[in-house]
Amino acid sequence: MTLWQVVILASIATLAFKFAGYLIPQRLLEAPTPSRIADLLTVALLAALIAVQTFADGREIVIDARVPAVIVAAALYALRVPFIIVVIAAALVAAGIRAVT
Amino acid sequence: MTDEGIPAAGDQPGGDDPLSDTWEGDGRRTPAEGIAIRSGFFVGIATAAYGISFGALSVAAGLDIWQTCFLSLVMFTGGSQYALIGIIASGGVAAGPSAIATAGLLGSRNAIYGMRMAPIVGIGPWWHRLAAAWGTIDESTAVSLAQPTGHLRRVGFWVTALVVFVGWNLTTLAGALIGDALGDPRAWGLDAAAAAAFLGLLWPRLKRVQAAAVAVGAAVVATVLTPVLMPGLPVLVAASVAVVVGAFNWFGRETRS
Repeated sequence: MTLWQVVILASIATLAFKFAGYLIPQRLLEAPTPSRIADLLTVALLAALIAVQTFADGREIVIDARVPAVIVAAALYALRVPFIIVVIAAALVAAGIRAVT
Repeated sequence: MTDEGIPAAGDQPGGDDPLSDTWEGDGRRTPAEGIAIRSGFFVGIATAAYGISFGALSVAAGLDIWQTCFLSLVMFTGGSQYALIGIIASGGVAAGPSAIATAGLLGSRNAIYGMRMAPIVGIGPWWHRLAAAWGTIDESTAVSLAQPTGHLRRVGFWVTALVVFVGWNLTTLAGALIGDALGDPRAWGLDAAAAAAFLGLLWPRLKRVQAAAVAVGAAVVATVLTPVLMPGLPVLVAASVAVVVGAFNWFGRETRS
């Protein structure tokens, strides 16, 4: 599998969901379970991605400069600091720790 | 891309007929239209700013500038785009199937948004509906549903979708060019920036106890499985936490104050 194939297939998959929303009869929405699962699916995937992006190095669990960076990011989000500033701050924290260690 | 409180399915403020348009006879802009246009514009600009971080992180993950821009043009849904490049960054092309599945699943919420937007903007010729589906994302749905009438919801949707689409693609290209010039992503803390970006997408969704419980459960499952499974798969398996909790509606009663 090439990187281009991954990019194109994943784009088709996400577009298919967008189009499906306009084609599926609205009755499905009246059942609360599918829309609740779709909402929670987003939460679960994002939380899992945060965990892996923070602790995983290949197949190892590593505690490094990413952990304090993510803690700083969480604190800034709690203070309602805008997304782009938080992302830059997290990068600076990790880069700073790596520069001095 | 984050959403700032899309109403949960079922609490859509009620029952106005999307066809009862409220154009003033002389075609001048009403104050309510001004509000819809302004909120769409500001949300669009704020969202487009993240495109810089996406572009830079994507190049750092190993995609080239064309692949990065293709994602923003065609996939055009931030969460899935970040997920795809995050998994490619950790597992390379070997993790491709997991990356595709995760990006797809993360995009499944757009189908729910589409079902709610279809009666409002999914009307007219086929290319009109195609553009509506393409532009159905967290931000356009949220701005649209926050407006009081069918006509204003259409205005809010199209302004937001258009501003995000143009801005997101321009900033993605800028970010990719910057990322290309940066070199080693770890030295710049870009791996931590990616985690912070995911956290920013998750944060506004944690208002309910059920969501917070799913987030903790999924994070634990993904971490525990990391040494056991190949990169990419732990995230997919963690998604089952949402299916189980959602199907049985555990933690579904209480709300956090």
